[in-house]
Amino acid sequence: MEAFISLTSKFISLPLENIDTDQIIPARFLTQTHREGLGAGLFYDWRYEAGGTLRTDHILNQDHRDAHILVAGANFGCGSSREHAVWALQSYGFRVVMSPSIGDIFKSNALKNGLLALEIDPFFYQEICRHPEASLTVDLEQQSIALSSGATSSFVLEPFARLCLLQGVDQLGFLLGHETAIANFEGRQR
Amino acid sequence: MPGKTLFDKIWQAHLVTVESDEQPAILYIDRHLVHEVTSPQAFTVLRQRSLPVRRPERTFATLDHSIPTDRERMAYVDEQARAQVETLRSNCRDFGIQLFDLNSAEQGIIHVIAPELGLILPGQTVVCGDSHTSTHGAFGALAFGIGTSEVGYVLASQCLLQRKPKSLAINVTGSLQAGVTAKDLILDIIRKLGSGGGAGYVFEYRGPTIKALSMEERMTICNMSIEAGARAGLIAPDETTYAYLKGRPYAPASAEWTSALASWHQFASDPDAEFDAEIFIDAHSLEPMISYGTSPDQSIAMQGRIPEPGSHDHLAQALSYMQWQPGQSLEGVRVDVVFIGSCTNSRISDLRAAATILQGRRVAQGLRLMIVPGSEAVKRQAESEGLARIFIDAGAEWREPGCSLCIAMNGDQLKPGQLAVSTSNRNFAGRQGKGSRTLLASPLTAAATAIQGTLTDPRAYIY
Repeated sequence: MEAFISLTSKFISLPLENIDTDQIIPARFLTQTHREGLGAGLFYDWRYEAGGTLRTDHILNQDHRDAHILVAGANFGCGSSREHAVWALQSYGFRVVMSPSIGDIFKSNALKNGLLALEIDPFFYQEICRHPEASLTVDLEQQSIALSSGATSSFVLEPFARLCLLQGVDQLGFLLGHETAIANFEGRQR
Repeated sequence: MPGKTLFDKIWQAHLVTVESDEQPAILYIDRHLVHEVTSPQAFTVLRQRSLPVRRPERTFATLDHSIPTDRERMAYVDEQARAQVETLRSNCRDFGIQLFDLNSAEQGIIHVIAPELGLILPGQTVVCGDSHTSTHGAFGALAFGIGTSEVGYVLASQCLLQRKPKSLAINVTGSLQAGVTAKDLILDIIRKLGSGGGAGYVFEYRGPTIKALSMEERMTICNMSIEAGARAGLIAPDETTYAYLKGRPYAPASAEWTSALASWHQFASDPDAEFDAEIFIDAHSLEPMISYGTSPDQSIAMQGRIPEPGSHDHLAQALSYMQWQPGQSLEGVRVDVVFIGSCTNSRISDLRAAATILQGRRVAQGLRLMIVPGSEAVKRQAESEGLARIFIDAGAEWREPGCSLCIAMNGDQLKPGQLAVSTSNRNFAGRQGKGSRTLLASPLTAAATAIQGTLTDPRAYIY
């Protein structure tokens, strides 16, 4: 997992509530057995017409090379537990997703893959949406966000997930390091 | 000190290490359910790190999401879907996991077969790489959906790192009227909480209305907890639970049954337990519900009218996608497809309910009725009771068990613009195929609609 310390980047905003993981990556893209390359299916039904023609007017189909932050309306990532939604966002180039609120399972999945999923102050969210041309600086050490237009905000992230992200380590090694405690628990359960 | 909730008790009984400011609790997982879609990348991690599955005997797998539901099971949507099925087979073989494969008598939707087999017991922790794992809360088990990374963690360590969620008591009183089902009740609860209203909470459904529900009805309720954003939904076990479990293949038997039963009685919230939040629902005045939008919290009573979106962009967009006008009633709109199935409503009682309306009648001209039993066991039971004959005689398609049109990644799907009444759990835009439009409803509403050809209040068929 790639470490995350801080990032300054342009952003793309999708100011809609309840963007579910079926929108992020439709189910028909879930038959692959590897993680890579899912960016092609990201928001597929928003980015393409029914016949498969690219909708050039869609914000996600415009030049996004400088935008590594996605800003979305409340309850982002609700619905299905598919981690493919996280992999698709990362494959497309996003490193941060921020929203006033994020679905529990999506948030957990994102943080385990190095995609920083941040729940931000709703007023700051509105401020960001008012400045589509600005850039954002996300500092995970300081737990702060700054908009290049001047506004700043802070965020809270679960401390353990934050540490894993700062160090670029996943949780599996940590869990396996507790072998003795797990074995003891299993002994007590008998 | 206040008493403990059911959730507190299960949580505490599974702590390998306790939670601190710096680190979440390590929670032990009793049952791990696996299917073909969310597991391959987890097994890849095990292979890359040369790790075994820690407790294969606690892990059970089946095929449900990607498989075709035609009689011959040959119509895979593409080669990649077929390869995904083969991948689960080889992973289960290589890692020593019991797989209920397509040719077995136990195959079916994971959330239908696990309870049928007696794999889910009161007080357990249960996870699966599927958000509808919340279904198993019906047994008083703490059951929640996880992502693929966590599937790998559980395979390797039998544990998860978790912060303790908050608790919400949902108290339901008042008996359900004829024609009103558990599905209508949960749609009403989700409407009241909102699709994100339960985020960060474990629900406990309680009260006389819940006590009076069968296990299958309880599963329908708990199944859709996630549609209000909840981590899990629980119902305390009682005599109904024990009667369901007794004699199931994987449930404890003989002396073990007696001691298990004694231990299960502790799994109830203490009378003085304190919940972080509490709501009260009166089910007596509840009517059959129908979703109208593109989020499961957007539903109305069958006789209701679609609300005005006002300045609410999300609702305005939903109405535009669904092609509805504010203030319109949905009863009587023409429907293209009716789907009776999914982990929400594909159990034998759901099929019996549908059969009460379909018996001796014919599906409306031009409407397609798909009935997809939740498991091989449900299918056999429905065939032996004569339900399958009723469905076929009515002009329905009687298909093989699987997720089918609920997930629409297996060849069963709607055409763009088609309108379906579906007993499944999600009405997201495109959920049942690109451009598809979904109305969530009970099996009774689905059956009445299939006969009429237009959205129909099932009470017209209930005498």
